[in-house]
Amino acid sequence: MDNNKYSKVNSNSPFKITLNKLFKKKLAVASMIILLILYGSGIFASFLSPYPYTETDLVNTQEGPSKEHFFGTDRLGRDIFTRVLWGIQTTVIVTFVGLLTGSLILGVSLGLISGYFQGKIDALIMRLGEITSAFPDILLIILLAATLRPRIVDFARDIEEKTGISGLISSGFIDYVVIGFALLPLSWFGMMRLVRGQVLSVANSEYIESAKAMGVSRTRILIKHVFPNILGPIIVSATFGLGAVAGTEIILSFFGLGVQPPRPSLGIMISDVTGRGSASVSVLKNHPEQLLAPIIVVWLLIFCWNLLGDALTDVFNPRSR
Amino acid sequence: MFYYILRRIIWTPILLLIISLIVFIMGLYGPGDPVEVQLGQNYSEERAERIREAKGLNDPLYIQYFRYIGNALKGDFGESYKYPSKKVSELLKPKLVVSAKLFLASIFITILLGIPLGFYSALRQGSWIDPSVVALTLVLYAMPVFLIAPVLIIVFSLELGWFPVSGWGGFFDKRIILPAITIGIPGVAVLTRIMRASTLDVLGNEFVRTARAKGLTDLVVNYRHVARNALIPVVTILGFSIAGMLGGALIVELIFGIPGVGRFALDSIFSRDYPVIMALTLIGAISLIVANLIVDIFYVILDPRIRY
Repeated sequence: MDNNKYSKVNSNSPFKITLNKLFKKKLAVASMIILLILYGSGIFASFLSPYPYTETDLVNTQEGPSKEHFFGTDRLGRDIFTRVLWGIQTTVIVTFVGLLTGSLILGVSLGLISGYFQGKIDALIMRLGEITSAFPDILLIILLAATLRPRIVDFARDIEEKTGISGLISSGFIDYVVIGFALLPLSWFGMMRLVRGQVLSVANSEYIESAKAMGVSRTRILIKHVFPNILGPIIVSATFGLGAVAGTEIILSFFGLGVQPPRPSLGIMISDVTGRGSASVSVLKNHPEQLLAPIIVVWLLIFCWNLLGDALTDVFNPRSR
Repeated sequence: MFYYILRRIIWTPILLLIISLIVFIMGLYGPGDPVEVQLGQNYSEERAERIREAKGLNDPLYIQYFRYIGNALKGDFGESYKYPSKKVSELLKPKLVVSAKLFLASIFITILLGIPLGFYSALRQGSWIDPSVVALTLVLYAMPVFLIAPVLIIVFSLELGWFPVSGWGGFFDKRIILPAITIGIPGVAVLTRIMRASTLDVLGNEFVRTARAKGLTDLVVNYRHVARNALIPVVTILGFSIAGMLGGALIVELIFGIPGVGRFALDSIFSRDYPVIMALTLIGAISLIVANLIVDIFYVILDPRIRY
């Protein structure tokens, strides 16, 4: 044990130095803890929630917080605490699906290719990015979600009929696929441009030149030598991205294009109260606490990711080393 | 510089052509048949065929596309599917005017609040003002419009009763204030942060010290030497924030019941009214591109050293 501890102190790989620095920042640690709690409660929603999320209690609708219902009930008498937990689960899944497909896989790999190989392929990818970024992004996301959803649902229904697997649509899996696709154009270009810029600045350094001189293949240089050196900015940008994707999922749900009811999502919970015209005014007036729980959770999610991103920027900044 | 702007201006129509093509294709492969939408319950094979023929929907696709582009150049975006015999441009015009006014008001709020706030908090570094402004921007930055709107409504409309909850009365009506603030707040947070950072950057420069050593008053140093230089990065960010604010505006219009393009855009997306969607997307893209072009030109005015 002791021996192990000793070797840990002595080893100073860049990764460990970064982690140590990060753990010294109180705000960063606090936000990581909050994020862990939020994401954990979302992931384990099925164990933690006191009621099923569809259970309605028509006797106790629009009730304030009580022992039975921590955050009260909504207009159908559904337990808000339960729905917030399941809503977080939706956000967890969507943010990771959106981030993994869009900005991490597509953005990073295209950025690496574009920055390292340059020339025609670089020009092509950049023009493609310019086109996607010239669209008003929310309009494009809504348009994509609206046109894609029926196609994908049809496709899934087809699969269900042919293979006999059921529950593809009812489980909400389709919703995640639709949202993932709709978020693609928004997320990849920013990451790609960042990675490209980093690669361009790394590509001319001497260690790359020496690797080339040793006859290392291009792909290997890209993966083994370039990629680890640009990891810092990627992590920072992904951190900020997680907050942004969470916000976008809520916008989609707000417009009825995200996760479909009865499955709860934080966006649906907010638009249930604010998006119903004059009916929402009376709810806002008489039962503002219905909005409180989802709003605070969403705000905390975005706020903590941003704080963490700020801290990571400091930590990865070579000038602060 | 001249060549740079020229290149941008030449590239713009090509970009718009590609964008319109993408939306056009999405319209073709999207669900729903426009003729069905238009006929509704009166649908019959015969009638549908007659309308298709009259509208040229039986022509080859590329002819349909080029006809559309040709008309769009003249400001004619075709007829709406949902409201037959109404021109898209007529439908959109009054709504666009409302949205543009609201958006302009939000940009004013963003600039008028964000830049001074960032500037003064940087000048007051070391006092309590600076950290509290930083904390405030962090809190506000994490608040998307769909969170700000209900909070503002509860506080200022329902509790204090200062403003009506919803409605629209033009640019000089107090009902514009809450929605404009809602759209503007995320931008305020961004601008304040950038302005603060860049002001701090400039303050550390030699030429600021020289200016003070020359005996210039604080006022002159702060405005002529510091503020002007600090504004340069802010202008770039402003271009991006404006793009980001567009989406927020859509939601805010829905929440505050403003008769702008927000509700209309959403309705047309759901009813597959593709002429309207295409027109909106093209108009949105043009305004984004023009906004960025203006930002670039401002850039050169602020900093004559910049050459492209």
